[in-house]
Amino acid sequence: MIEKAFKGSTGYWVWMLFLLSIMGVGGLCYVQQFNYGLGITGMSRDVTWGVYISQFTFLVGVAAGGLMLVLPYYIHNYKAFGRIVILGEFMAIAAIAMCLMFIIADLGQPMRALNVLLHPTPNSMLFWDMIVLNGYLFLNILCGWVVLQSEYKGIKYPKWIKPFIYLSIPWAISIHTVTAFLYCGLPGRHFWLTAILAPRFLASAFAAGPALLMVIAMILKKTTKFDVGREAQDKLVTIIGYAAMLNFFFLGCEFFVAYYSQIPGHMHTLDYLFWGLGHGDQVYNNLVPFMRASVIMGLAGIALIFVSRAKQSDGLLVISCLLIFIAFWIDKGLGLVLGGFVPSPLEYVTEYVPSVQELGITAAIWATGFFILSILYKVAISVKLEKEA
Amino acid sequence: MDSKRRDFLKIAGLTAIAGIAAPSAFNTLLKGEAIASAGQAAAGGHGAAAPTGKRYGMVIDVKKFTENPGLAEQCVSACHTIHNVPDFGNRKDEIKWIWIESYEHTFPTESQYKRPDALKDMPILTLCNHCDNPPCVRACPTKATYKKKDGIVGMDYHRCIGCRFCMAACPYGARSFNWRDPRGKDANGQPFIKAENPKYPTRMRGVVEKCNFCTERLAIGQIPACVEVAAQTKALVFGDMNDPNSEISQVLKTSFTIQRNPAIGTHPSLFYII
Repeated sequence: MIEKAFKGSTGYWVWMLFLLSIMGVGGLCYVQQFNYGLGITGMSRDVTWGVYISQFTFLVGVAAGGLMLVLPYYIHNYKAFGRIVILGEFMAIAAIAMCLMFIIADLGQPMRALNVLLHPTPNSMLFWDMIVLNGYLFLNILCGWVVLQSEYKGIKYPKWIKPFIYLSIPWAISIHTVTAFLYCGLPGRHFWLTAILAPRFLASAFAAGPALLMVIAMILKKTTKFDVGREAQDKLVTIIGYAAMLNFFFLGCEFFVAYYSQIPGHMHTLDYLFWGLGHGDQVYNNLVPFMRASVIMGLAGIALIFVSRAKQSDGLLVISCLLIFIAFWIDKGLGLVLGGFVPSPLEYVTEYVPSVQELGITAAIWATGFFILSILYKVAISVKLEKEA
Repeated sequence: MDSKRRDFLKIAGLTAIAGIAAPSAFNTLLKGEAIASAGQAAAGGHGAAAPTGKRYGMVIDVKKFTENPGLAEQCVSACHTIHNVPDFGNRKDEIKWIWIESYEHTFPTESQYKRPDALKDMPILTLCNHCDNPPCVRACPTKATYKKKDGIVGMDYHRCIGCRFCMAACPYGARSFNWRDPRGKDANGQPFIKAENPKYPTRMRGVVEKCNFCTERLAIGQIPACVEVAAQTKALVFGDMNDPNSEISQVLKTSFTIQRNPAIGTHPSLFYII
């Protein structure tokens, strides 16, 4: 089956070479970081996590988003998702691979990463995150590959895979819950210390993951003969739209609690993210334009996605999905992690700006993710089109 | 092999695995549970924990540091020299075990309203609180940071993977990360560690470090370096808080002291007389 990835059009090869070149440049940046240390990044004593960990957090959501396809198809026997469900499972594989790479990129001593296994520590949420992420990676590789291979051979998938598919459903919830627990169990970090962090993570995941999937599906529809089908598209609009609304509802709850209670610690980070935080005689606000854009893009995306369905417009659908995806990428891939460090526990304000090398490594990991995704999608689509022809 | 026999072997195998794994898993979970609930019951909210075994603590008399200008700086310098703490000359890479902070930043959760003017310039020594319920130890995925039986929160620089989860978890900003090689030299060829003390190990790039309450000095019967510097003034009092006859117990019994952010249940071992 894997041989399908080695046969493709010129466009396919150009795309893969483009990704490889980004991976190469980022690889050189990583060599620099490996030799100098994490001081090469924009992180500091006060802001100890930067884009690596925030991308990781966001991508866990993209991986968990696959659940929104697996659940209707396998539990509710929703046949319209027959063609798209494999895309969801394979996207989860690529997203988790990126997550793991971002964690390794963020380690001060990457050669010691296996200490997490050598000295298992059940009281650490990072230990559990390692278990759930690797477990989810395994489950998706197993389920995706076995089901696709059966289709390739023209038979129904074997019965023994069913329990693994069912297991992958609560497992998807667990990866994002445990990832939220990394943050929301820390005393003294008001912005993260909220019980709705895990629900909010899940809501944004169930919007952002399928939104990215939808954009890719539309690109495939244009460039290949692979069409996920109108009914699947329309159903996904409902899922993305409601999940996105739920995310904004949760964000609204955070705003209410902070500003109605008037507890300074609860307001500080929201002030910093959305209005600018005054400290001494300076106002710190480098994330404000991003966060405001995120809210506007998210709300516009929700409105447009339903219009796109009413008008049956694929163009509008792509735009609205991109808006939602970028909105939630800013919300979680920037604001949530970086904001949590401002102000510091001693109430100093230190702003963070990523370095060039840091951005290079980040781009390379994204490129690697898309490289894996392209290979997997190439195989899946070739098999599907071959069987249908 | 008939199917019954195969089923039997399967079940037997699974039972064996479960039997091996379950007790250790249960023990680990229950141990954590027991510690958590015992800590809470004894603590009764924000108070101190149960007096079992040794628990080292420190009283910092801020008034005495005001009366003796330069003393706080001497304490910092003694600690950083003994422990080979590098000086990178910038805030971004900064590593500090003990440092001088203002009242406003040491006690951001206390009232800042209509405080005496004198408070503004008071040099307040700030270091690891060696919490009785340390969030950093809870967060560490490799047990590279751990709580010892004498209450000291220690660091294993050789096990730390540099994930910095403990730095996110510490509510007192007491931890520093080696963003670059501390054994290196700056652009002018000056080493970051001015004069290396061979009695304490230097660290490597990519690990977290912090105050260790001079556990290596306690082991050979010495008192912490900062306490030694401040010995004449008694500005720092160090000792076993669970020993009712210790000097620190007497000070804590007779003076009104405050802790940093006690509301979050970390039970710090540092007490301040303002």
